[in-house]
Amino acid sequence: MSDAPSPQPSPARGEGAHSADRSSFSPLPLTRRLDRRPLVLLGALVLLGATMVAGIALGSVRVPLADVWAALLGEHEGARRFIVWNLRLPRVLLAALVGMNLAVAGTVLQAVTRNPLADPHLLGLSAGGALLAVLALHLDPATAVGNLPPLAFLGSLLGAALVYLLAWRGGVSPTRLLLAGVAVAALFGAFTTGLLLVSTLTIQAIMSWLAGGLYARSWPYVRILAPYWGVGMLAALLLARRLDVLALGDEPASVLGVRVQRLRAVLTGLAALLTGSAVAVAGLIGFVGLVVPHVARMLVGSGHRYALPVAALLGGALLVLSDLIARTVASPRELPVGIVTAAIGAPFFIYLLRRRT
Amino acid sequence: MSLAARALTLDYGARRVLHGMDITLRAGEIVALVGPNGSGKSTFLRALARLLRPSGGVVELDGRALAAWSPVRFARRVALLSQAHEPVEQLSVRGLVALGRHPHQGFLSLPSAADRTAIETALEQTALLPLAERRITELSGGEQQRAWFALALAQEPAVLLLDEPTAHLDLAHQFTVLELVVRLNQLRGLSVVMALHDLGQAARYAERIVILKEGTMLAEGSAAEVLTPASVRAAFGVEVEILRASTGVLVVAPLGRSGD
Repeated sequence: MSDAPSPQPSPARGEGAHSADRSSFSPLPLTRRLDRRPLVLLGALVLLGATMVAGIALGSVRVPLADVWAALLGEHEGARRFIVWNLRLPRVLLAALVGMNLAVAGTVLQAVTRNPLADPHLLGLSAGGALLAVLALHLDPATAVGNLPPLAFLGSLLGAALVYLLAWRGGVSPTRLLLAGVAVAALFGAFTTGLLLVSTLTIQAIMSWLAGGLYARSWPYVRILAPYWGVGMLAALLLARRLDVLALGDEPASVLGVRVQRLRAVLTGLAALLTGSAVAVAGLIGFVGLVVPHVARMLVGSGHRYALPVAALLGGALLVLSDLIARTVASPRELPVGIVTAAIGAPFFIYLLRRRT
Repeated sequence: MSLAARALTLDYGARRVLHGMDITLRAGEIVALVGPNGSGKSTFLRALARLLRPSGGVVELDGRALAAWSPVRFARRVALLSQAHEPVEQLSVRGLVALGRHPHQGFLSLPSAADRTAIETALEQTALLPLAERRITELSGGEQQRAWFALALAQEPAVLLLDEPTAHLDLAHQFTVLELVVRLNQLRGLSVVMALHDLGQAARYAERIVILKEGTMLAEGSAAEVLTPASVRAAFGVEVEILRASTGVLVVAPLGRSGD
């Protein structure tokens, strides 16, 4: 649409007049618009599949598609099979699971707080994970290095619990939850930075972990994340309609028979589980949890029965693609994947915002 | 169905907002709440809708205190249409109205034929079918209010609580809503409590009128009994003349503020 004033004044048809230029609106009362949401869902699935195949095939060594297929089916022997099975597949799979976790956590938190700026990192979830990991490294480096994932997971859950506790006043309101999250994230971030500065450790390892990355991640990490991913995705999908109702506001949700405070606590816990497990295996990866939910809702509307799975698939695809770029663009060096998600996500997000208005 | 408030008092912090309300809503009855701003109409409706816990006294549905009802079972019986709503992004009118079926749906169940019928009926009754696929945020204030009204209808309650249902509507749509309330009352025996600003509308559409002032009941009864120049002066501080139109409907003609 151009900004130029239209040559003819639009007919004064009252309330419906401004809809005439929206092609998706059908003026005939009895024609239902074709539901294209299943198509979008299918498209997102295909996109995730395509990025995963690309992620397996591309890298410092190129594996032809036929060989990828053969290796996956277990028919191929030798170096390529090793590359596909032991290096690329687990890493691509892990990227997909992490991306799904973050996107679904973001979608859930945006509904819970009714705030479009909510994302897993704003709520102090990942800041708690980072602080506990850095603290452990500072106090007992030998033990901590091997146990970063459980420490980060524990820290995320503690961060979420603290945020919830601070926001509590006979119940938790969305705004207080968000403000407490911002405060805790800032506080934990300050402690983390301070610790890094006074620490005598070489901070290379922890810095790259903080920036987020999937370097040298193999099957053990996939096995750590998979159960949380499975439980989290299932729970989120089962609660989809409750998310829709909660998004209407506390009072309308209560009138519709929802126990608002209990549901909000369950959903925050679910987001903490999804984020904490993702932070544990991949560090701090920004933007997926903030941007992808918006893209999903723009594509399929805010009904969570579609928005959640579409966000999950797009989040997985974004992270697989970002990881592919992170390890190939400056090869043989690797960029932290968090930098790539922000570099792709931020301009795309700005484009979407501009296009809408 | 019976919904009753007995000696209901309600506090916001240290401030008492309702003082000993005693009202029984009979099955199939339409009651109008009138009174000046801040007289406790909305608070009373929200207490009846189980949103506020009484500080004293009790509200009972079918003889059981509201606190003893499971939220979902209560939501199948009682719906509330509020005055103001948070903006809901990226949701179609039909999507909003469909959420009215939430208390009727099981944990995992997909929409049933009964759900779909209730949704389409609610859209049709509120004349929203032509707008069903539009996003809520694209609608005018009046259309949005009708969409929320349709949501309450899709809930298929036995008791409908309406907080100034005509507030944002033009004259024609005020009639649409109030006539629909009366039609559902006659057709399905829907019981209604509605807060109204327009005394004429209260007189015309309600069988019983309750006048509230500062959280107490000033008067209760039929329009003819309750709507008198004296009661309106006491509640609103306004001088009125009560006329009877040729159709038999009471007309409340304001003359000006009462002198002190």
